[in-house]
Amino acid sequence: MDDSALGLWGVPLAILAGAIRVSTPFIFVSLGETLTERSGRINLGLEGTLVFGAMAAYAVAVMTGSPWAGVGAAMVAGSLFGFVHGFICKFPKVNDIAIGIAMMQFGLGLAFFFGKPFIQPVAPKLPVIPLGFWSHIAQVQAALTINILFVIGLALAVVLWWGLKNTRIGLILRVVGDSSDAARAMGISPDRVRLIATMAGGALAAVGGAYLSLFYPGAWNERISSGQGLMAVALVIFARWNPLGCVAASLLFGGAGALGPALQSVGVSEGYYLFYAAPYVLTLIILIITSSPTRALSGAPAALSLTK
Amino acid sequence: MTHSQAPSQKGQSAPLLGAESAASERRGLRPLAEWLARRAEPLAITLLAILIGLGLFSLFILAIGKSPLQLFQLMYAGGFGSWFSLQNALSRAAPLLLTALCVALPARLGLTIIGAEGALVLGGLAAAALAVPLAPGLSPPVLWLVMGLISMLAGGIWIGFAGALKHYRGVNETISSLLLAYIAIALMNHLIEGPLRDPASLNKPSTMLLPAIDMIGKIPGMDVHWGLAVGVIACIISYIVIEWTSIGFAARIAGGNMRAAQIQGLPVGRLIVGFTVLAGGFAGLAGMIEVAAVQGSANGALVAGYGYTGILVAFLARQNPLAIIPVAIFLGGITASGGLIQRRMGLPDATVLVLQGTLFVVILFCETLYGRFRVFNPELWKQPDLSKGDR
Repeated sequence: MDDSALGLWGVPLAILAGAIRVSTPFIFVSLGETLTERSGRINLGLEGTLVFGAMAAYAVAVMTGSPWAGVGAAMVAGSLFGFVHGFICKFPKVNDIAIGIAMMQFGLGLAFFFGKPFIQPVAPKLPVIPLGFWSHIAQVQAALTINILFVIGLALAVVLWWGLKNTRIGLILRVVGDSSDAARAMGISPDRVRLIATMAGGALAAVGGAYLSLFYPGAWNERISSGQGLMAVALVIFARWNPLGCVAASLLFGGAGALGPALQSVGVSEGYYLFYAAPYVLTLIILIITSSPTRALSGAPAALSLTK
Repeated sequence: MTHSQAPSQKGQSAPLLGAESAASERRGLRPLAEWLARRAEPLAITLLAILIGLGLFSLFILAIGKSPLQLFQLMYAGGFGSWFSLQNALSRAAPLLLTALCVALPARLGLTIIGAEGALVLGGLAAAALAVPLAPGLSPPVLWLVMGLISMLAGGIWIGFAGALKHYRGVNETISSLLLAYIAIALMNHLIEGPLRDPASLNKPSTMLLPAIDMIGKIPGMDVHWGLAVGVIACIISYIVIEWTSIGFAARIAGGNMRAAQIQGLPVGRLIVGFTVLAGGFAGLAGMIEVAAVQGSANGALVAGYGYTGILVAFLARQNPLAIIPVAIFLGGITASGGLIQRRMGLPDATVLVLQGTLFVVILFCETLYGRFRVFNPELWKQPDLSKGDR
């Protein structure tokens, strides 16, 4: 059986494969942002963290020959960005949304600055799990070749979902996110919890970036991100701050992002750039549907400035 | 708002003793001193923030083994040092004036709009698309007027949409405006690759070129196009609207407390939509000027980051339209010097981005300093009077 035997069935298959491939960075960034927002703070700077993470991971992978060292470096860098954001935001009169915009520009600038020498070299890629071994159709095999980070992301989502509900750390995070005063009454320092949550969020967002540069598309350049870091923030609202919802929403976004290339692969090339806009349009539509001018969003941490 | 914070460090309070006693001795000068003190606070803190930012940036440059002194010299030479480089700075400041207004006007209503890039791109695209069929039949000034209006309309609709979504649907305007910017850029890429493409533009997809006669020229005596004058006028108009009209007054009230403004019966929805439409209109106009004065057509070069630098300009200017003028020239000069720094010091072109990012973070961090320096807060001046006996 050759490739063309799949015919138009190739489109949904390509979208499924694309959804899995494209969704992974969304999963990590949105899980990270969920952690941060659950603590009552919003970090809009994850776009910058993601791009810097992509650069750091690629650079370290090139230098050490190990993609996992790259992922580790990205996590360290991401948590440093989170630290700066969290540290600055604890001061009075500082606006966390504006700091996020500034950190976005700062992160992008630093990534382009240090990333220049790494555009040419080739880094080792992250390993994959060939789940499509049972099929003899090349497209199916390609579609089911899943990166380990995707699996880790799924596991992490389940752990976070369970942990937020059932562990002491989850409880502390939720209390801080709902009321600084209640947290203080419990003897918890809201600023410290938010700092740690922002650092964890930054580390996860940087892993999303590492996936971009070390697996798909699998190269470092200045256009590596197409706004995943920002869309993930919108996606968290859609997912109602629920880690499992983040995974579902990420898959949806991944599918939307894969629509254009999938249609192109079967010869529909009309309006390629319009399909390129599909994830943004979808994000916007979802935001419009899920927002409300009158009532607070259900499931939203009460201390979050985003929903006020 | 009470100033309950402890008085600041000794260093800052030293020069203020003189001001206090002078103010208390001569009551007549007190209102003037208070006015000056309040006005001086943003200026002093902004300058302090810029100094801290440049200091941190110097450490960064030192850390990578280059000389910050040489860099600042080149930055001065490339951006401000000669008439040639100053004109370069002014040319780059022109679009920044307009994109910064796109941030500053909604900010008066408490909205954080960061999608100026999209409005600029769409404004440029709309102007270029309309100019192609109209150019042969219209005299240049009329053509520019039509192009300007259509670009303002396009940009205004784009940012106004983000404003309307905020008011009527509660959609976060920061995220929606940035998403709209991505959509605008995709839309432009689609149109200049397809329906609007000039077949002659091979490597760089563009719309049809404007005839040379229809290009906006330079300001007499300068190598700077008229876009600079348009930007300055737009800033002055915005200042007048905000500071001196009842609309601006209503907007400032709504920006201070949206619910209170609604209870007062102010038309908050119309204010938000009106201000965001005007803001987007200015950014769209910046796109039209880029097309009609620089590029000659709409193409990928419109996505040059003017929208994003404009955000920084607006925040450095503390959303004050008049302050935008010097800040835009300052940042225009820094961007203009990027090439020189790249050539002479072998630093990547992103060096300027790092400096901008550093300045941005520091300026926001310094927001926390407001109200902490006694010298700028006349309400706190009285306290030493009471304790005079102790001293």
